[in-house]
Amino acid sequence: MLKKVKRRYLALSIDSQESFSSEEFINAVWLAVQKLFGECGASQTGLRLIDYDAGSKLAVIRVFHVAVEQVRAALAAITEIGRKPAAVHVITVSGTLKALYSRINSSRKG
Amino acid sequence: MTGIYADLHLRPNLKNSEQTSALVTKALQLGYRLVAVTFSPPYAREEIEKLRSLCKEAKLDITSRIDLQPKTPNELLAALRRFRREFEVIAVLCWSKNVARQAAKDRRVDLLNFPSFDYRQRFFDKAEAELAASGLASLEIDMEPLLKLEGEMRIRLLSTLRREAAVAKGFHVPIVVSSGVSDAFLMRKPREMAALATLFGIDMEYAQKAVSKIPVAIVKRNREKLEAKFVAPGIRVIRRGKDC
Repeated sequence: MLKKVKRRYLALSIDSQESFSSEEFINAVWLAVQKLFGECGASQTGLRLIDYDAGSKLAVIRVFHVAVEQVRAALAAITEIGRKPAAVHVITVSGTLKALYSRINSSRKG
Repeated sequence: MTGIYADLHLRPNLKNSEQTSALVTKALQLGYRLVAVTFSPPYAREEIEKLRSLCKEAKLDITSRIDLQPKTPNELLAALRRFRREFEVIAVLCWSKNVARQAAKDRRVDLLNFPSFDYRQRFFDKAEAELAASGLASLEIDMEPLLKLEGEMRIRLLSTLRREAAVAKGFHVPIVVSSGVSDAFLMRKPREMAALATLFGIDMEYAQKAVSKIPVAIVKRNREKLEAKFVAPGIRVIRRGKDC
């Protein structure tokens, strides 16, 4: 029987003066993962963009549970998005979207 | 003092107060509670006090650090005699093997740092690690070059760091992971720094210690030593007077 794949949702904040489209953002993430771990490694992360809000510069991505630290390292290595200077920080990590959004909301209130 | 995250290598241009306050504010936002700011000679004592008052309001603990870049071992000894009582953290940027060896065996040196952009000038080998293990020096790894370099240069750097981290762990030389940045954009959260450190073979648990417990312990040890009551390790003045 196939083992069930565990996933994790990462809430990200984009630290930049500029604004970016969702394509620019996810391309930068893919590029960073690919540069650090190669195409084979990137294929094992299960990376997918779930939500992106250009206004609040907030994004949610989904990755395989075993690849969280790899993706975190790749996100930390991002220094530009679409050739404009930017940094990406992980706000929180969660196993469900519901918990993730409640954590984001509580951190905003706090 | 567990759970406190520290970055022992911020390099602001102290003449540019905007840049300095941006770095300090960013460190606080990212979750650091202790940062070391690098002062280079000739420095002004007022600069340190000014920065301390700025950080006191922000509840960020700031510590003074100096990066020594001697050309010869004798120059290093002279600099250590001059600055050890002045600064809480002393790092030596080793540009030659002789200096690296002297720095590793001298108990007044806290951090051994190597030029990151030239892998041929990284002298942290087994002999260096053995000397550092008998002294008090830790190996400091800056993350800035990992973010700035690309392609072959980054691959070479990662490979060198992997070897050095393995040697350091083998000889029980503590590793400190620092940012080494002068630009706030290149600062990362402590957990992200730890994740970057896993790229050169450090496990996540140790990487977390390298941005928290280990640097905090260095600062704590040196602050104790710089206190007026300190005489020698384990000996301190309790009371002064005629009846003592």
